[in-house]
Amino acid sequence: MTPILVLDQVSVKLPKGADRSHAMEEVTLSVAAGEILCVVGESGSGKSMTANAIMRLLPGGVTLDGGRILFEGRDLAGVSEAEMRKVRGAGIAMIFQEPMTALNPLRTIGDQIGEMFEIHTDLAKSAIRARVQALLEEVRIPDPLAAAKAYPHELSGGQRQRAMIAMALALDPKVLIADEPTTALDVTTQAQILELIRDLQRRKGTAVLFITHDFGVVAEIADRVAVMSKGRVVEQGTVEAVLDNPQHAYTQQLIAAVPPLKAPPPRAISDEAILTIDHVSKTYRTGGFLGRGQRVTHAVKDVSLVLPKGGTLGIVGESGSGKSTLARCLVRLIDPESGSIWLSGRDLASLSKEEMRAETRNIQMVFQDPFASLNPRHKAGELVAQGLIVHGTPRAGALKRARDLFSLVGLDPAAIDRFPHEFSGGQRQRIGLARALALEPKVLVADEPVSALDVSVQAQVLKLLADLRARLGLSIVFITHDLRVAAQVCDLVAVMKSGEVVEAGPIADVFGNPQHAYTRALLASIPGRGFGLKEAVLA
Amino acid sequence: MRIFALAGRRLVASIPTLFLILIGVFLLLQFAPGDTVDAMMAQMGGGDAATARDLRRFYGLDLSVMAQLGNYLWRLVRFDLGFSAIYGKPVATVIAERLPATILLMVASLSLAFFFGLILGVVAARGVNRWPDTLISTLGLVFYAMPTFWFGLMAIVVFSIYLQWLPAGGFEDITIGYQGLRRTLDIAQHLVLPTLTLGLFYMAIYLRIMRGSMLEVLNLDFVRTARAKGMDETRVVVHHVLRNALLPMVTLIGLQAGTMLGGSVVVESVFSLPGLGRLAYESVIQRDLNTLLGIVFVSALLVIVVNFIVDLLYARLDPRITTGT
Amino acid sequence: MGFVKLYFRSPPAVIGLILLLLVLGMAASAGWLYPKDPLALAGRPLIWPFTNPRFLLGTDNSGRDIAAQIFHGARISLQIGLVATVISVLIGITIGAFAGYYGGWTDTILMRVTEAFQTLPNFLLLLVLVAVFGSTITTVTLAIGIVSWPASARLTRAEFLSLRNREFVQAGRTLGLRDASLIFREILPNALPPVIVYASVVMAIAILLESALAFLKLSDPNVASWGNLIGIGRDVLRVQWYVSAIPGVAILITVLAVSLVGQGLNDALNPRLKGR
Repeated sequence: MTPILVLDQVSVKLPKGADRSHAMEEVTLSVAAGEILCVVGESGSGKSMTANAIMRLLPGGVTLDGGRILFEGRDLAGVSEAEMRKVRGAGIAMIFQEPMTALNPLRTIGDQIGEMFEIHTDLAKSAIRARVQALLEEVRIPDPLAAAKAYPHELSGGQRQRAMIAMALALDPKVLIADEPTTALDVTTQAQILELIRDLQRRKGTAVLFITHDFGVVAEIADRVAVMSKGRVVEQGTVEAVLDNPQHAYTQQLIAAVPPLKAPPPRAISDEAILTIDHVSKTYRTGGFLGRGQRVTHAVKDVSLVLPKGGTLGIVGESGSGKSTLARCLVRLIDPESGSIWLSGRDLASLSKEEMRAETRNIQMVFQDPFASLNPRHKAGELVAQGLIVHGTPRAGALKRARDLFSLVGLDPAAIDRFPHEFSGGQRQRIGLARALALEPKVLVADEPVSALDVSVQAQVLKLLADLRARLGLSIVFITHDLRVAAQVCDLVAVMKSGEVVEAGPIADVFGNPQHAYTRALLASIPGRGFGLKEAVLA
Repeated sequence: MRIFALAGRRLVASIPTLFLILIGVFLLLQFAPGDTVDAMMAQMGGGDAATARDLRRFYGLDLSVMAQLGNYLWRLVRFDLGFSAIYGKPVATVIAERLPATILLMVASLSLAFFFGLILGVVAARGVNRWPDTLISTLGLVFYAMPTFWFGLMAIVVFSIYLQWLPAGGFEDITIGYQGLRRTLDIAQHLVLPTLTLGLFYMAIYLRIMRGSMLEVLNLDFVRTARAKGMDETRVVVHHVLRNALLPMVTLIGLQAGTMLGGSVVVESVFSLPGLGRLAYESVIQRDLNTLLGIVFVSALLVIVVNFIVDLLYARLDPRITTGT
Repeated sequence: MGFVKLYFRSPPAVIGLILLLLVLGMAASAGWLYPKDPLALAGRPLIWPFTNPRFLLGTDNSGRDIAAQIFHGARISLQIGLVATVISVLIGITIGAFAGYYGGWTDTILMRVTEAFQTLPNFLLLLVLVAVFGSTITTVTLAIGIVSWPASARLTRAEFLSLRNREFVQAGRTLGLRDASLIFREILPNALPPVIVYASVVMAIAILLESALAFLKLSDPNVASWGNLIGIGRDVLRVQWYVSAIPGVAILITVLAVSLVGQGLNDALNPRLKGR
């Protein structure tokens, strides 16, 4: 097969003062018609810059610095801006990570798809409208007529991404660049979108450059893989070769960091319950005036769960399932409407604000975003000592304890005088963990603690958590959307959907022999299901 | 129409605000040294205490503050703004006579500010950090930093005294008594300098906002999508950036309607325009508290109306308002 | 890069700082260069600028030294601008912080009041306040502070609304922090920078408001205010336009300086947004 798009020794220079001189260094890639090439790498690897460089849509100050970008034999690096505009959209089209922000909020979907024809063809308005309808049907959007007239905010995330795909494929481009197109989507929607891309690509013979950080997605969709690290392609080859027999040390390390979907052998858990969630509900009322036209959302609906002492209870579900609301109810960041939360004989749900303040030392929370969860204006040691000081430890003692906690979570105790922005994402998450552990809580609520981290950092933090759990005998409520992570960490798991727990039990039972249809759908949607299992067997 | 329903709801919600303002200012004015009767007595050249007492009883000023407030609000509900002792006419009449000049000035200045603020903001943003941007931004800063009344005076010196192109003040040339189109032109000529004076200050603000929001929108994801479609920059700006960038500016117009009306007080004084702002100034000097309160009411009403129109405009621009997010 | 270095990288910000230092220098040296009362008669009325070395900027209608009034006026403008800004920003931050943090009814009521202040034209309210409480320099300063807080309140409230649900604030809450320390130690330091930058806008407007009041002869007549002088010069505008022109330039330079410094601070605080 002759490649349609070839990157030959392409380098991209960053402006002065950036953390490195080049975003891409001598990147050589190629993709042929009917082929899907996955470019995979962690954040900062330069994989997204590759897409921008091909489209010649580099951010300000960032410039091409040598190399050829051959599209159908012509070097795009040298053509005029006007020529380049003819290629964009018609020859090479692109879809983006976040379909909500990638679409203009003030114009209808049909209008924005139709624009493709307005720019590149002389079709009449009525013909354009017909083509738009056909495209929307092709991407299997429900009710294409209504979708064309809808504004982006009126569609769901998956529908918006379908619309983006319809737009990108409008002019049957030779090459489709997909920049993390499913990262912002829920797992079941992701599976549908991946299937759609694969299907359309097969039928139209499009060459697809698929950028992702997720090896599961790679296993699911790629024909060939290129692994990028720090702006360079460190390894490329067929999907089987790279995934099953990685050559480069970096690739090996990345692949080893992906948690396998199979749960490790069960641990012995005590029968004694430490936290009992008893018929907890929380509803939100939005809009409406004096009770008229009100919309009621059941964020959490009659949830009852038990966390055994020393155990880890996973709560999994997609966005909007209510798992985060439930977590926040447990620490009373949100007041549950009804039900009880029993923690060593006290009902947290019925405590007054003041009583709950005292009770916080028994139940602590770890947050998702390592950048947003630490106050940028306090020193790291200060952040960790804060809780102790509030609960009556003298300042000097609290800071001394903070140093101990720093070594406990694997950070340099001397770093307590630094500010949060001086730490990396993984280190910040360790600080968050140290802060929660400072009060020696009986229960730790972890809300997506590794979701914002790169896969290799994620593996380190998960290892630390498992380590601490064993050493300190922690009882943990672990919220996650990632079933692979849940499989590795949890003893018990509860699957939530639309505020309700649809299935709960020991992780091996729920994942190995799912009873509820939704659990089965969820498990079936995980990209690259088989991927990673071989390693688990070997280990 | 959902748009009207939504804007209408905002309109209804502003009624309590209106009453809050009136009650606040009414109570505030109770602290004023001297009341309307004192002002009338001064106007008449003094009088005895018995006359003053009779007049106070006649105007209901001998009642308790709360009773007076109640009376005032009750009359207001029936659109009765009371009587101006200084002008010897109902306050409503006095205000109605002065309203057209102010409204004309406001509409003209706002249009000038909006139109040129928009264009200059877009031009500056498209050539960011190059000479058109530097020139426009500098000019904007200077107009912003200039006291409006001083700009007005200097404009009079240049255009009325030296060049003698435009009249130095007044609303129209009453000595000639033009009719029809001729009169319209005459009024327009009189309004050129006041409009520039008031409008350029707001133009400076709008152009800064417009430039900023253009630059912000140009960085958003959907602009990258538009470029990836193969659109040229002009088309990107016209079809995708402009409408999004207008939203903050439209919001600002609503928020600043009150400030702009306040600015007309000074401008009307500089150009001796018989408008609401000048009336407010005169009422303060003459202690005509009834008229002052009436002006407060009408100004607040004007601001609320402007905000209603802004709400409609915003809802037209942004579909997320009417369909709910 | 350090904050100071970032600030000095921008030429407009440096120009603004130089102008501001100039005005500050005028204010500081007024008592020393022109020790006499600037409002006392000094010489023949209406001497043109640069014609008499004793009165470099000439004299006004009643023979008072314009240069002396400009130098002493710098004191008044800066003093009123600064004090009114502090009052206005303090009110704004307090109201905005409580409305944004507590939400619900507190928010509704506080925002209604803010809305009322924004619906009533601020200059009209200023006139009412001056009419009621008189026009001494203290009442004028207070009145300007009172009419100009709503924008800072809205800004603070918006910051609080976005910050109060940030994870670091929630983390503070789960640690058992009290509302007071959440508001003042966790949220406020993060909400403050944009409000401080906005204070430069408040100060510019405060200086302009005072000059407008003085121009209408509603400010304190016993202090040398630039606006007063412009108002006096209006009577002789046809020929001796310089009496009004000179103080106007002084106001222009001061407001420009304050705005440029504010913008420079803003750019230095948000280096990524540079050029916006």
